[in-house]
Order: sequence, then C-alpha cells, then structure tokens
Amino acid sequence: MMLYFLCLILFCVGLYGVLRKRNLVKMIIGLGIMEYAMNLFFVLLGYRFDGRAPIYAKDQEILNMVDPLPQALVLTSIVIGLGVTALVISIAVRIYEKYGTFDITKIKRLKG
Amino acid sequence: MNNTTIIPLFVIIPLAAAFLISLVGKFIRRSSETIIFISSLVLLVFSLYARFLLNSSAGKIMIYKIGGWAPPFGICMVLDGLSCFMLITVNLIAFFVAVYSLSYMEQYTDKPKFFTLFSLMVCGMNGLIITGDLFNLFVFLEIASIASYALVAFGTEAEELEASFKYAIMGSVASAFIFIGIAFLYSFTSTLNMADMARVLSNKQNEWVIPFVGVLFLMGFGLKSALVPFHAWLPDAHPSAPASISAMLSGVLIKTLGIYSLIRIFFNIIGPTQGYLTVLMFLGAISMIVGVVLALSQWDLKRLLAYHSISQIGYVVLGIGLGTPLGVLGGLFHLFNHSVFKSLLFLNSGAVDYATGTRDLKETGGLGKLMPVTAKTNLVASMSIAGIPPFNGFFSKAIIIIACLEKGNFGYAICAVIGSILTLASFMKVQKFAFLGEIKDKFKNIKEAPFAMLFSMVCLAIICIFGGLMLIPSLRFFLDDAVAVILKGTGYASVVLEAAAK
Amino acid sequence: MRNNPETGMTLIVKTITRLTVGLILLFGIYIILHGHLSPGGGFAGGVIVALSFVHLMLAFGKDIAVSRVSKNLASNLESIGALMFLSIALLGFLGGSFFLNILPKGTPFNLFSAGIIPLCNIAIGIKVGVGLFAIFLALVVLERSK
Repeated sequence: MMLYFLCLILFCVGLYGVLRKRNLVKMIIGLGIMEYAMNLFFVLLGYRFDGRAPIYAKDQEILNMVDPLPQALVLTSIVIGLGVTALVISIAVRIYEKYGTFDITKIKRLKG
Repeated sequence: MNNTTIIPLFVIIPLAAAFLISLVGKFIRRSSETIIFISSLVLLVFSLYARFLLNSSAGKIMIYKIGGWAPPFGICMVLDGLSCFMLITVNLIAFFVAVYSLSYMEQYTDKPKFFTLFSLMVCGMNGLIITGDLFNLFVFLEIASIASYALVAFGTEAEELEASFKYAIMGSVASAFIFIGIAFLYSFTSTLNMADMARVLSNKQNEWVIPFVGVLFLMGFGLKSALVPFHAWLPDAHPSAPASISAMLSGVLIKTLGIYSLIRIFFNIIGPTQGYLTVLMFLGAISMIVGVVLALSQWDLKRLLAYHSISQIGYVVLGIGLGTPLGVLGGLFHLFNHSVFKSLLFLNSGAVDYATGTRDLKETGGLGKLMPVTAKTNLVASMSIAGIPPFNGFFSKAIIIIACLEKGNFGYAICAVIGSILTLASFMKVQKFAFLGEIKDKFKNIKEAPFAMLFSMVCLAIICIFGGLMLIPSLRFFLDDAVAVILKGTGYASVVLEAAAK
Repeated sequence: MRNNPETGMTLIVKTITRLTVGLILLFGIYIILHGHLSPGGGFAGGVIVALSFVHLMLAFGKDIAVSRVSKNLASNLESIGALMFLSIALLGFLGGSFFLNILPKGTPFNLFSAGIIPLCNIAIGIKVGVGLFAIFLALVVLERSK
C-alpha cells in the first residue's frame, strides 16, 4: 500500500517538473519521470502474494505467478513514451536554432 | 469471408498506405498522391457500405474477434450505430482534406512525409472508433496524437515549433492521466474489455474508485477535446498547422479523441449518473461563452476560427450532457455539422493564404471579386455556423436549445442563444474584412485557387446546404441508431457479449 | 575500419569496439529470436541491435557509421519492417480472421514453435532497431538549416 503511494509521489515530482521549470529540456525530463512513475504503478498493480515471474520453463512446476497482463501493456507504453520523447526532443533542438534560447519565458511569439 | 471482415480493413488500409508511401514516395513520382487518393476514397466507400450492412444485421451490431480469440480474452472490434456514425464523419472529412492537400501542399517541400503522417493519423482515429478494448483505445489514441504533434510542426517555422511543443507537452500529460485512469479501472475490475468491464461494474457497488477515475478521465479526455479549463493549447496549435491539417484537427481529431471517448466511457462503461451529466453541461456552457467572447477580438483569421472551435464543442458537450433523447440527438447532429462547416472554413482560410500569403484580416479585403468560389463557400459556412435557416447549423442548434427548454434548464438555453448571436457577429466581421470592400494594391493579381482545392470546398458546401435533410424520417436512422446506443447505457455490455458468443 | 586518429575516440576504445560490436549485434539477434521462450522479444532485442550501431558511431566517428548504414537505407528498412509485420498479420485472413496464428505450433519450449510469433518478433526487431538508429542519426548528423 505504501509502495503505490510512493509511486504516485514520484508522478507528482514529474508533474512539478513539467509545470514549474523554465528550461525546455527540464520539462522533457519531468515528462520522462512521469512516464516512469505511471509504468511502475501499472506493473506493481499485478503483484500477487508469493508470486513468481510469469515465465514457463521446461523443468519447473507452475505455482503462483504474478499477473502477466500489465507487463505486456507496460512494454507498449514504454515504446509510446520513447516515441513522444524522441519527437519532443527534436522539436526542442529546432526551437534552439530559431529562437536562440531554451527559456520558455522568452519563447512567446504567439499571444492573444 | 462473411460480412464482418470489413471491420479490420478500416485500420489495415491507412496503415498499409502510410508505409507504402514512405517506402515508394521517393522513387516513383506522383505515387504518394495516387496512393493517398485511392486509400481515402476506398475508406469512404467502405464506411458507407458498413452503414448499409449494419441495417441488415441482427441487433444492429457487428463484432469482429481479432485472431479468433473470444472476449474477454481477446480484443474485439465493435461496429454499432455510434461507431458507424463517427466512421462516416471521419472518413468523409479525411477524403475531402486529402483531395485538397493534393494541390495545397505544393508550397511545402516534403510531400511523402506529409501523406505518411496524415495516413497514420486517419489509421489512429479509425482504430479508436471501432475498438472494443480499453487499452487498445489508449494505443490508437497515442498513434493519432503523435502523428498530429508532428503534423502541427510540419512547416518548421519558429511559431509552428513553439505551438507544437506546447501541444505535445500538454497532450502527453493528458495521456498520462488517461493511463493512470485505465490502470485504476483494470485493478478494480480485472478485465480490459469494455463490455465485460461494464458488466462487472454494474454488479459491484460503487466505492471511491469510480468518481476518482471519472475525474481523471474528464481531465485527460477534456484536454484532448479542448473543454474550457483545458483549452490553452488549441489557439496556438490549430492556426500554426498547414490549412488542411487545421481542418483535420479542428474538424475530426478533437471530436474522436475527446468527445467520442468520453461518451463511450461515461455512458457505456461507467454508466451515466446525474453528477457527471451536470458537470458536463456546466463545462459545455462555459466553453460556449468563453470561446466566442475571446474570438471577438481576434484579427488573425485562423486563430479566430480556432476559438470558435472551442465554442462549438461547448454546444456538443452541452447537448450530450443533457441526457435526454432530444438533447443527445442535437449534440450528435451538431458534432457532424461542425465537422463539415469548420473544415470548410479552415479550407477557405487555406485558399486565402495560398493566394495572398497572409492570414491577417486587416490586410486582406475585397477578395470576393477575384476569388468568387471561395467567397461563396465562405458565406455558406458562415451562415451555417451562425445558425441561420435553412443551413444545417440551424437545425442542430435549434434542437439543442429546445432540448434545454424541455428539461427546464433556462440558464443554459439563454447561454446557447447568446453564444449564437455573438458567433453571427464574429462571422459578419470575417465576411466584411476578408471578402467585401476594396482590394489592396499588392493583391490585384491573385487568381482563384486550383481545381483540387475548389472541388473539396464546393462538395463540403453542398453537404452544408443539404445537411438538414438528415432529419427527414427516412434518413433519420443514421442518427437514431447512434442516439440509441448512447441512451442504452450499460446495456451495451449484454448486446456485445451476446453477439460475441455466436 | 581506419585508424584515423582525428575522428572518434582513442585507440584503446577503437580496438575493444572492433571486438565487441559483433557480439552485441549477435546478442540482440538472440533476444529477438527467443522472444517466445524467454523475456525480451522484438522491442528489447531491437533496441540492443540499434545500440550496436550507435556504439560503432560513438567509437569511430559519424562517417564510418553512416557508410555502413546510411540514412536512406535506414528509412527504407524501417518501412519494409512495418510492411512485413502487416503482411504476416494479413496472412491470418487465409485461416479465418485477422492476425490468426496459422503456422504449425509444434511442441512447447522448442525454437520453432508458437506459430507466427517468432516471425512477428523478427519484423518488429528490424523496425525498432533501424528506427532507433535513424532517430539517432537525425539528431546527431543534423544538417544545420538556416
């Protein structure tokens, strides 16, 4: 129970990074921490008491296993996070070329 | 091969087209345009055919099990009245925007990449509409979102990059909230299939999880559909994109990613309670007023249209939040009408931009003499969005206002009428400054837009004019089936599970 | 591979890289092929294959790495990987429904078992490996526009 709570605190740390930091790259790092926290939360939901890793092997008996479905879904989610991070970093590199700064208080040409 | 094999084709065709264009577009000239034209035409024909097939199937529902696995173990694709309605909307607008882009994108340098991303976005939206599994919905949502982040930044000017960065960060935070909501629902019900989850939720008593998940989904999908506390990305992202992408984003993306997902989850899985509906109505009313008030002071044509998008989505959410049959009918009809006339307005602004090179209303003027077709279609679309009879906007807004009065919410009805009047004022301003008046000297030599762009605009204008005919009794099944699915609530579960067991 | 002292890293790094790059690539292919027997599969194996190319670029400089896997080759291979996955899924239509497992399934725990799953893993491994290297190329070997 304490573990899930700590996971949500990590999510809030990432959210703080996205909301309050002024540097573009620090916002991307905050987004990355949020993605870690939510993937970790989803995998931890599958824990069963006294469970083993959900892998069949030829010579071992099949006892209690943890839930394998969240593990498969989190693999997909990690790939999605990778795609978004790659795209956002390329945009940040191009913004530095055009504006000359990474500071979001100075990147404010669209107003109104 | 029976009738249901048409269902996965809606995902396969745009996905194959995207990767074929990416592979072949560099080597063979004009191949990317041919492939995208064929694929969007085929998708439009299939979506109309699927509507026709749905009429003749039992229980008005068709299920396709991927890989032969029966739900709740496998992913199933569900085609019912609401999915058909959304599929026709998405593929119709996608076809006309694809035809428009054939000549609009001549100004940009990399056409194969554009059509690849466009096709991926259409694949994501189609997949989201037909899926019957909650995590599959999240995956298709992300496919469409990432393609749209890349498309907003397509021109790589300074302002486009800034808008795309803002949109990407806010969209990712929203997806994070949606993911945590799905995690909580999975842990509470231990299944991911939508129908099975609805059945399990109706048997369990409601603890604190359900309102918590409801708030998370409202935040996440509300940002995707630009409801008012979450609308700040839209006035920057929609004007910065190329005009055809603005039409796709404003016309279909915010509706399928945001409003369709909200309807599926709140009406069919969790079950509508009066608290949620009141919150939806309240947010819809605020969106209407805030959107149109902020639009009155804009001089940039596309930014004005983007603020009006926020306002009209408020109408749709108000209609759906009413929960009565007439209200939901008005909301869904307004969703279809808004796709048509808002895409037409954005395509018009793209034609103005193509001919004159500027979007500022203070610099244009008198374009009506030199671009007659654009001016007339703009007049049709402006009268539609303002709600003037006999165009289609009038019917949907009238139904929403009558439904509000029928339920007794006079305050919301007054908000809707005020929003409509201010919309009319705003579009009179657009007409005056862009198309009437004197033409400036530097624009004396502009010509009308090329044929492909005119074809799309004229077809959409014809749909605007005759759109009201969707309410006559022989064509009403198109909307009535969608309304029936929403109002059935969690009864959706038993219909789907019974059809899947056959 | 040249011993050019100006590009890339020092001589020690270059020697060790020559020995280990092939092993990293082989390990990545092992993880892709055994995806249905042990943890890993297409995505994790693809990342390791991409890392072998990145290792080559870090140690020897970008010219050597681009001459092995150029930008056009990366882009085309990526599309071919995706089309391969889609065509394997479409083969399921022959058996009845989309994405059905139609190849013979064999006995469990063998390498050639579990139907189409190893083929899908190979397609995903190609796509992810080449795609990640293409992202790296685009960010690092960037032509400065403007």
